[in-house]
Amino acid sequence: MPQGLEIAGRGFGSRLIIGTGGFRSLEAVGRAVAASGAEMATVAMRRVDPSTRGSLLGVLEEHGCFVLPNTAGCFTARDAVTTARLAREALGTEWVKLEVIGDDRTLLPDASELLEAAEELVADGFTVLPYTTDDPVLARRLEDAGCAAIMPLGSPIGSGQGILNPYNLRLIVEQARVPVILDAGIGTASDAALAMEAGCDGVLLASAIARAEDSAAMGTAMRKAVEAGYEARRAGRIPRRLYGEASSPTEGVAELT
Amino acid sequence: MPRVVLNGDDRALPEGATVADAVRETGAALDGRGMAVALGGEVVPRGKWQVRELREGEQVEVLHAVQGG
Repeated sequence: MPQGLEIAGRGFGSRLIIGTGGFRSLEAVGRAVAASGAEMATVAMRRVDPSTRGSLLGVLEEHGCFVLPNTAGCFTARDAVTTARLAREALGTEWVKLEVIGDDRTLLPDASELLEAAEELVADGFTVLPYTTDDPVLARRLEDAGCAAIMPLGSPIGSGQGILNPYNLRLIVEQARVPVILDAGIGTASDAALAMEAGCDGVLLASAIARAEDSAAMGTAMRKAVEAGYEARRAGRIPRRLYGEASSPTEGVAELT
Repeated sequence: MPRVVLNGDDRALPEGATVADAVRETGAALDGRGMAVALGGEVVPRGKWQVRELREGEQVEVLHAVQGG
């Protein structure tokens, strides 16, 4: 079995973190969480709606999921910091997935607002997991600011385009002294495996499972992909060669003509 | 009767209404599990919901965790 993920001194048996957005129902969230084996799930903060049926927190609790509130929907550092503080009050956790969006079409993070919010929240005692662009310099700045993990995107949220800049991801992984979680852009299982093979410590995804035709089956696929990618990284892949290299002995070949 | 903006809607609340009254007004269960309140962008700790009276024009946001992100 693969060893687990550790963030800010807290251990998780699974390296897959699941986002709860986009699922058709709470039951679908529950089935996907169970299939994926995820032990951490991220939730958004929104105005209460008395017509809401069922309890998201109840479903996550039932599956033993650690709840990671996020600041999805925030476009400024100020809103993100307030949302994190509201989540701390509501859920009794100092952990936050920090998300500050700078563009509503691509949903790409706003680097300067993100860094400002990260600094403020770290100073306020939060365990900050920032969703960031795949910029190695920004990743380093976030780590220097005291973030507990770095969560670069593979491609825009919900785009399913996979990892568009493997080179940047490699640089981020190489320099990081905190866990690197690939967050956003995963389309299918091979994308998650590639992230882990690139040396990421974990993968956070939502849409790839939630919007799959069979989300529970995709949950299973993602669990296997993350495990396979992690094991392959540890096993050490063979180098890429221009030409073939025979795996059978070149001596003792019969002369048959 | 302080008029406030509660989760985006204009509401007139009885004189002396508190944050707890506003929470009740949203229709949410008052056990407050998984909920938090901001007044004018500042968090109001749960322990103060019963005592903090609302002032004219204040913006009240009552939030909880939902699927997302």
